[in-house]
Amino acid sequence: MATVAEITDTSPSSISLARRETLWGLVFLSPWLVGLVVFTALPIFASLGLSFTNFNILRPGDIRFIGLDNYTRMWNELWSNGAVGQSIGVTARFALMSVPLMIGLALALALLLNQKLLAGKAVFRTLFFMPVLIPLVASTIVWQGFLNGSTGWLAQILRAVGLPAPDWFADPSWALPGLVFLGIWGIGNMMLIFLAGLQAVPTELYEAVKVDGGGAWARFRHVTLPMISPVLFYNILIGVIAVTQYFTQAYTLDPTGNGRPGGSTFFFNLNLYKEGWTYNNMGYASALAWVMMFIVVAAALVLFRTSARWVFYAGSER
Amino acid sequence: MTDDALPLPLAGSRRRSTGLRRAGFGISKLGVTLFTASLAMIFLLPLGYMVLTSVKDSDQILALNAPLWPASPQTYTAADGQAYQLYQVPLADGVKNLALEKPGRVTSTFIDPSTGQEVQWQGNWRSLSPVWSSIAPKLDNFATVLDTLNFPLLLRNTLAVAVLGTIGAVGSAVLVAYGFARFRIPGKNGLFLVLIMTIILPFQILLIPQYIGFQAIGWTGTWLPLIVPHFFANAYNVFLLRQYFLTLPRELDQAAQVDGASPLQILRLVIIPQAWPAIIAVALFHFFFAWNEFFGPLVYLSGHPDLATMTVGLQAYSATYAGSGTGYLTQAAALMAMVLPVAIFFFAQRAFMRGVVVSGVEK
Repeated sequence: MATVAEITDTSPSSISLARRETLWGLVFLSPWLVGLVVFTALPIFASLGLSFTNFNILRPGDIRFIGLDNYTRMWNELWSNGAVGQSIGVTARFALMSVPLMIGLALALALLLNQKLLAGKAVFRTLFFMPVLIPLVASTIVWQGFLNGSTGWLAQILRAVGLPAPDWFADPSWALPGLVFLGIWGIGNMMLIFLAGLQAVPTELYEAVKVDGGGAWARFRHVTLPMISPVLFYNILIGVIAVTQYFTQAYTLDPTGNGRPGGSTFFFNLNLYKEGWTYNNMGYASALAWVMMFIVVAAALVLFRTSARWVFYAGSER
Repeated sequence: MTDDALPLPLAGSRRRSTGLRRAGFGISKLGVTLFTASLAMIFLLPLGYMVLTSVKDSDQILALNAPLWPASPQTYTAADGQAYQLYQVPLADGVKNLALEKPGRVTSTFIDPSTGQEVQWQGNWRSLSPVWSSIAPKLDNFATVLDTLNFPLLLRNTLAVAVLGTIGAVGSAVLVAYGFARFRIPGKNGLFLVLIMTIILPFQILLIPQYIGFQAIGWTGTWLPLIVPHFFANAYNVFLLRQYFLTLPRELDQAAQVDGASPLQILRLVIIPQAWPAIIAVALFHFFFAWNEFFGPLVYLSGHPDLATMTVGLQAYSATYAGSGTGYLTQAAALMAMVLPVAIFFFAQRAFMRGVVVSGVEK
C-alpha cells in the first residue's frame, strides 16, 4: 500500500523511478516500434511515393516521376470496363453476395449451437469450425472437385433430384457463387465469435421478456440482437476486410491470373499481382494498392459512423 | 387447514406435468441434435468427397454411374488366361454380367462367365456400365503424390518457416504485450490505438515496398522475408496477449518487485507461467497462419521450387493435375496438406478456440 507521502513525493529518486519504468516499457515495446517504422510506416510512405512514378523493378534506373498518370489510367480503366473496372466489379459483387450470407449463416449457426436443447455442443462446434484450419489452397481444390459439373458430388446430387446442375467454376455466371460456397465453408471464425457474444448475454434479460409475454422472436429482436451488436459489427468489419484481401482462392482457380472463366473471378488483387509481379509495373501496382487502401478506410469509416446508430455497448455511457 | 386440503391433487398433477415436460424436452432435444447433426454432415460433405476421391482411380472418376465408394471394374479371366472387363449387358432374359471380348460399335462379342460361351450383343459397348467391385481403396495414390509432389521437401520447408516464424512471433508479442500491460509510458494509449489500426491496414499497401526492400538486400529467393518480419510483433497477437496479461493479478508482480526482481525476471518467472493458455493460442495462430500463407511464398520463393512451402507446391501441383482425369491426385495432395494442421487443431483446440474468442470479443 502506498502512503500519501509516497504518492506526493516528488523527490529526484521517485522521478527517476518513473523514468526507469518508462524506459523499461519502451525496451519491451521496442520490437514493435522498430517493426512499425521499418515494416509499416516506411512502406506506406514508399508506396505512396512509388504510386506517382513509373517504377519497374527490372529497370530501377529508369524511375521517373509521372504525376497522376497511374491514377488517371485507373480512372479510365474504371469507366471503360478495363482491368480496374472489371476487377472492382467482381470484388464488389462478391462482397455483396458473400458478406451478408456469411454473417447471416454464422449467426444462425451460433444460435443453433447455443440451444439448451442441443447435445454434444463441443463436438458440433469443432466440426463446423474445422474447415477454417484447412489451408485455402487445399480447400479451393476440394471445392473445385466437389463443384465439378460432371464428376462433382453437388452436380450428381442435383441431377439425381432432377435439377439442372451448372458447372460452377467453368461457367462465368456461376463461378462467383461457387466461391461464395467456399467462403461459407470458412464461417467457423465468425460463428465462434458470435457464440461467445451470445454466451455473454445475461439470462435475466431473457427472463424479463418472458415475464412481459414476449416470444422467441421478441427475445431475439429486443435482447439478443442489441446485446451482440458489437460482435456483429466486428464480424462485418472483418468480413469486408477479408474480401478486400481476397487472392489465394481466385489464384488457385486460375494460376494465369486472368480470373477464369471469362474474367468472372478477376478480383482486385489478381490485377494488382499481375501488374506488380507479371509486368513488374510496381509503380502502377502501388497506385492500385493505395486505391484499395482508400476503399478499405472509406468502408471502415462508413461502418463506424453508422455503427453509432445500431451498435449498443452495454455498460458504457455512450 | 386449507393448506392441507389442496396439496394432494396438485402435487400429483405437478409431478405428471414435469414428467411430461421432461419427455417433451427429451424429444425436442433429440430433434434439435439430429437436425444439427444432419446439417454438419451436409457441411462436411466436400471433405467426404475429397477423402473418397483421393482413393479412387481415373477410370472410376470418369465413368458414369460409378459407385460412390472407391471400387475398380471387375474382370473375368477366361480359360486362355486373358482378363476381360465385366459389363452389365441387357439381354432378352434380363441384365447379365458378361466379359467383353471384342468391343465394337455395332456388335460386340462377350463371354458369359458362367458358361464360358461367346455371346453376340447388338449395340455400342460404350453405353454399358462396368461391373464394380466392392470397396477397393487405391492407396497408391498417396505414394504417387509423395513422389510427384515431392511432399517431404514441402513438409520440411513449411515446418522450418512455420516454426522459426512462430518462435519470433510469440517471443516478440510476449515482450510487447508485457510493455503495454504493465508499464506507465507517456502516450501509451495513442500507441495502442496505432497498434489496433495496423490490424485494419490492407496488406497490399505494404507489400510492394517490402518486396523492393527485400530484393535490394538480396533476401528474395530465401525464407528470410517469410520469417524475419514476424520477430517484430504482430498487432493481433500483441492485442490478445495484452488482454490476457491485464487479467492477471498485479500482487504477484509487486511482491516479486519488492524482492528485487527485474522486469525481465518478473516476465519470465511471474507473467509467463500464468499466461500459458494465451501464449499457446498465439503460437497456434502463427503456426496455422504460416502453414496457410500463400502470397508471401508465391512472390518471394518464385523460381526456387527447392524452397517452396506447402501451399505454393500444392497450387502448382493442382495447376498441373487438376484435369478431371487426374483430379484424384490433387484431392489426395490436398488431403495430405491438411492432415497436420487439422491434427494439431484437434489436440489443442481448447487453447485455440479460447484465443479466437478473446481476440474477437474482448474489444
